[in-house]
Amino acid sequence: MSLLMPDHDLARRLLWQMVRIRRFEEKCIEMYSTQKIRGFMHLYIGEEAVATGIIEQMRLEDAIVATYREHGQALARGVSAGLIMAEMFGKQEGCARGRGGSMHLFDAKTRFYGGNAIVGGGLPLAVGLALADKMQNRQAVTVCFFGEGAVAEGEFHESLNLSALWQLPVLFVCENNLYAMGTALRFTESKMDIASKGDAYGVTNAVVDGMDVLAVREAAQNALETARRGQPFLLECRTYRFRAHSMFDAELYRTKEEVVQWKKRDPITLFFDSMKTISILTEADLIAVEAEITKEVDESVAFAEVGTWEPVDDLTRFVYSEGKES
Amino acid sequence: MSAIEASRKMTFRDAVREGIRSALQNDSRVFLMGEDVGHYGGCFAVSRGLLAEFGKERIRDTPLAESTFVGAGIGAALGGMRPIVEIMTCNFSLLALDQIMNTAATLLHMSGGQFNVPLVIRLATGGGKQLAAQHSHSLEGWYAHIPGIKVVTPATLEDGYGMLATALADPDPVLIFENQTLYIMEGELPANAGPADICSAQVRCEGKDASILTYGASLHKSLEAAANLAEQGISVEVVDLRVLRPLDDATILRSVTKTHRTLIVDEGWRSGGISAEIAARIQEQAFYELDRPVARLCAAEVPIPYAKHLEQAALPQVETIIAAVQNLVYSHG
Repeated sequence: MSLLMPDHDLARRLLWQMVRIRRFEEKCIEMYSTQKIRGFMHLYIGEEAVATGIIEQMRLEDAIVATYREHGQALARGVSAGLIMAEMFGKQEGCARGRGGSMHLFDAKTRFYGGNAIVGGGLPLAVGLALADKMQNRQAVTVCFFGEGAVAEGEFHESLNLSALWQLPVLFVCENNLYAMGTALRFTESKMDIASKGDAYGVTNAVVDGMDVLAVREAAQNALETARRGQPFLLECRTYRFRAHSMFDAELYRTKEEVVQWKKRDPITLFFDSMKTISILTEADLIAVEAEITKEVDESVAFAEVGTWEPVDDLTRFVYSEGKES
Repeated sequence: MSAIEASRKMTFRDAVREGIRSALQNDSRVFLMGEDVGHYGGCFAVSRGLLAEFGKERIRDTPLAESTFVGAGIGAALGGMRPIVEIMTCNFSLLALDQIMNTAATLLHMSGGQFNVPLVIRLATGGGKQLAAQHSHSLEGWYAHIPGIKVVTPATLEDGYGMLATALADPDPVLIFENQTLYIMEGELPANAGPADICSAQVRCEGKDASILTYGASLHKSLEAAANLAEQGISVEVVDLRVLRPLDDATILRSVTKTHRTLIVDEGWRSGGISAEIAARIQEQAFYELDRPVARLCAAEVPIPYAKHLEQAALPQVETIIAAVQNLVYSHG
């Protein structure tokens, strides 16, 4: 646990964000079981401290590039639960008109550049966004989330190299949940210390306990400071997903005992208990937070339910821009 | 003073360079990046001198990391810049195919219209220089399969110069395929040369007995064949497709309807190629105008070999084009 103790407001905000992501996704599972949501859906449950701690430290002008496991990032960044739920329902009121679904959430207003479902595919994009910011003298950082599976892709290495070579404001956030789909890190990486791979490219790096939201927040603060000075940073967040890789995963590759062990370090429980012990948060706070979130999540479902289907006539819209000059 | 008198003699390479120079001068958002574009001056010397003129911020040498510098181009375009990404040859673009196809081409549609990608990628293409299989692919027809991008194939100095400006003004990704045998082609660039459209095919030579639909390096072989056939009394119309996606059906059909006999000359492979697409469109839209089945002259379905005689045999040539037109005009099958 970090030495920097939060005040009540901050603690409540962090708790609220993590519980919000958790409850939203639990509702997603329910909606998936009733077939309101289809396709691939990857849950963030267990990893909430990472998006919460990092995005809390970001500024409005900053950008995010995320993966197909991005509900948490989108929510924490300020994309409304209703827009996300409607997207997963495939409704045109969704944050991508229902064209992307769970894996492809987008939101121009918050500079949320997706939702990339090709492992490693987002890293070069983040490098380019940061290059554009730098060339136009904007003081923004691009935060790029990816799993440890992406570390095996060439783009990880190429992007670290290029961002360091050109001194670009990118924060690379590796969410190391130990499994690339169903293959454990030890079966795919000759050297499992991911953060230190940054050394090979001159990218400053750090490892943080991804189950500890305060530690993540503090690490993000330091990392973002570095990035704002125009130097890329690689932050490895060691975390764990409590649920299967996607809704189609029988979880044959890990033991129930292992999952149980990790659940003892549930980021929400861990944080709330520690805050309660030192009287920064109370049970009443948790009850109030849960009530607010239940309402928000229910409203998101209602919003998605009343949403409409994009007319089939619109199928070919936005293959190319409509009357725009660049 | 006529346009001819005011024109400048130069190579296709010079014309492309002038197009890039002009874009860099006119728009501070434009920059060039790619392998060897700076200090080396470009693999084909297209960007020679630009580093000294515009500096390293705008003429960026990249590592040999096609996927990442193309992806960075996409990101920079999203971030408000107007990058020209040079992939040394289209053969290496396969290392960046994920970024081109899964990101650049999908982003606008997948984001529900929120994120367009105003990216220009220039790629050298084609065989004919004894560079063997891995440096001689013609992939423009292949890329033309992908919705969300535009594919253009300049074959004249005006297009080599002018298509870039239009591509940069386009809100969506445009791939410019420059046939590598054209760089040394000499010609005149009119002093008043400006942006060239990237939506139309153009008739380069009027004729009435048969149409050749072609693009890139094969345009010049086709024009030579047409001149030769004219001496034999066969009047051939040569259409420069210029743009492979979106295809200009109207110009194609106008020529087909005029001559009733069509040969498509394409340096890509025949199976599943752009020539197959064009032939299908013609039969869909002008079947009863055809006096003969649409004929195709494509690259042989082999990896392009090194040995000169084999390479030449693998690609359409003036002689084979002449023979194909003669067959179209004289045969009664």
